[in-house]
Amino acid sequence: MINFITRRLLLGVLTVWMISVLSFAIIQLPPGDFVDAYVANLAASGSSVSADEAAALRKLYGLGQPIYIQYGKWITRIITGDLGESMEWRRPVTEVIGDRIWMTLLLSFAALILTWGLALPIGIYSAVRQYSFGDYLFTLIGFIGIAVPNFLLALIILYTAFKVFGLSVGGLFSAEYALAPWSWDKVKDLAWHLPLPAIILALSGTAQLIRIMRANLLDELRRPYVVTARAKGLSEWRTILKYPVRAALNPFASNMAYLFPLLISGSVIISIVLGLPTVGPLLVKALIAQDMFLAGSIVLLLGVLTVIGTFISDLVLMWVDPRLRHQMD
Amino acid sequence: MAETPILSVRNLHTEFAAPEGTVHAVDGVSFDVFKGRTLGVVGESGCGKSVTARSILGIVERPGRVTGGEILLQPADGGTPVDLLKMSPWDMRAVRGPEIALVFQEPMASFSQYYTIGNQIMEGIRLHMGLSAKAARARAIDLLDMVGVPQPARRVDEYPFQLSGGLRQRVMIAMALSCDPRVLIADEPTTALDVTTQAQILDLLRELQQKRGLAIILITHDMGVIAEMAHDVAVMYLGRAVETGAVKDIFAAPQHPYTRALLRSIPTVMAKPRTRLPTIEGSIPQPFNRPVGCAYHPRCTEAVFAACRTEPPPEVGVAGRNVRCYLHGGLPGARA
Repeated sequence: MINFITRRLLLGVLTVWMISVLSFAIIQLPPGDFVDAYVANLAASGSSVSADEAAALRKLYGLGQPIYIQYGKWITRIITGDLGESMEWRRPVTEVIGDRIWMTLLLSFAALILTWGLALPIGIYSAVRQYSFGDYLFTLIGFIGIAVPNFLLALIILYTAFKVFGLSVGGLFSAEYALAPWSWDKVKDLAWHLPLPAIILALSGTAQLIRIMRANLLDELRRPYVVTARAKGLSEWRTILKYPVRAALNPFASNMAYLFPLLISGSVIISIVLGLPTVGPLLVKALIAQDMFLAGSIVLLLGVLTVIGTFISDLVLMWVDPRLRHQMD
Repeated sequence: MAETPILSVRNLHTEFAAPEGTVHAVDGVSFDVFKGRTLGVVGESGCGKSVTARSILGIVERPGRVTGGEILLQPADGGTPVDLLKMSPWDMRAVRGPEIALVFQEPMASFSQYYTIGNQIMEGIRLHMGLSAKAARARAIDLLDMVGVPQPARRVDEYPFQLSGGLRQRVMIAMALSCDPRVLIADEPTTALDVTTQAQILDLLRELQQKRGLAIILITHDMGVIAEMAHDVAVMYLGRAVETGAVKDIFAAPQHPYTRALLRSIPTVMAKPRTRLPTIEGSIPQPFNRPVGCAYHPRCTEAVFAACRTEPPPEVGVAGRNVRCYLHGGLPGARA
């Protein structure tokens, strides 16, 4: 078991390294560099940059050097904990990203909890009461949830909230707290704003997981061990929750790993629509401006988080599935 | 046989509603089970053996439903028998385990792979006997020891997939006996095992029966197992017991043509090599399309009466030795 965990950890480190190479390479792919984009941007707004100034900027960021040297410099600084400076914002990347990474995590985590909290009981209900009115109702809602893109849902909710209730629901904070330092009131304000984007973000995942849970459980409910449990005189619900549900939960643990990146990438559009202070909109802007240190850092950070998520999901899977645990001894 | 049966099944009917029609999986089965004796229920696959077992415990799965008959259980203190079919679901749960327990065919699939065998044995003990976790664990270890699981104190913490097929079936039996049931229903307990293990499991069942006076319903399609284990036999065909009787009567003087055909199709060491084993002509009818009259008549070589094709034969004979065949009486019009 220790072997397995070490191997997984080493693989994780390797994966993160490959993500760093890839993310750096992808950011370099479009023609031109940050200075070109910067010059074009300024030219569009009427001002201009002299050739000397552009050359100085290139020298400052080391843009003239071959890619592998640029990558080497970048990655050595990252290993020492320095994410570099955002070219566009002219501030350290850590400062630009700041709380946003935690907000992203918080939002994704809230959506994940919500997804499971809704999908598991509904899936169980739908399987146990297959073809009942409730099952059909949840199936209908579920398919709507899968079919409607969540940014559209976000727009609809924004519109209705404004039109009907006169509320402005964008953002994760009220205006007076957005830039304020952390305080108890700010946390309360966040807790007040969090549910809506979390629900929007969770909806399509929930709809999918309901289907998965229902199908898994329907499979398990017909297994002989369920009859064994009934023959022991257990109550029906205890039988169902202890045996088939437990077996049907297994795929959820492995599902966790892929749900997490899905939530983060899914949150980009919603964050733009709802004006949420997550890293998604920041990444989009950085990519457009070819702000490679900022973009590279964000991609790398998300990559690391995903690898950590996968690792945790492996551990959880090992914890819930005794067969897996014993295979490794 | 003046003794009163522990369990008496009377005219049991269980139906499965399907879009194509209703399947009468159990269609009027009657038999008696006595303390310390084994009733062998024998028949081809699909004749309703397993559904009968599940009906007795009230765990027939949807869309199946017990639609008629009586299942009379003699209370432990010897009072008047109670009809299990009239019990509330809550009372019925107290029957499953402490009164009647079930051993299944597939020991692998019949255990959950997510809990240790100890956990799965202790569950019933704690529920029905109200023992503490510690006492239940001690009892589980004792039970494993009793059914011949080596190193029970260590095995109790193992998972079903760590055990061999034979051991798993022993654990299954230990689990079934965990609450001291008076009736044990063994549904093809040896079908999934190899021949040596089969013999060991049958020996174990016999030994436990002698020690505890257990009444056993042994469901099987194997006439050899019946000959070895059963005291009484019920031969089932398409949801009905076509012949019941003591094992020696069934083997020495089978009355129903189906029983005779079954017995003919057992391979013997006396037969000449390379001779064909006699088989029963035709196959089991479609469940939605059961024959009118005697269900066996399309395959019967002795269907001589017109009534065979029009009306199911009634049960004739004395207590404990019954047959449903016009050859032995019950013809409509004839005065009994």
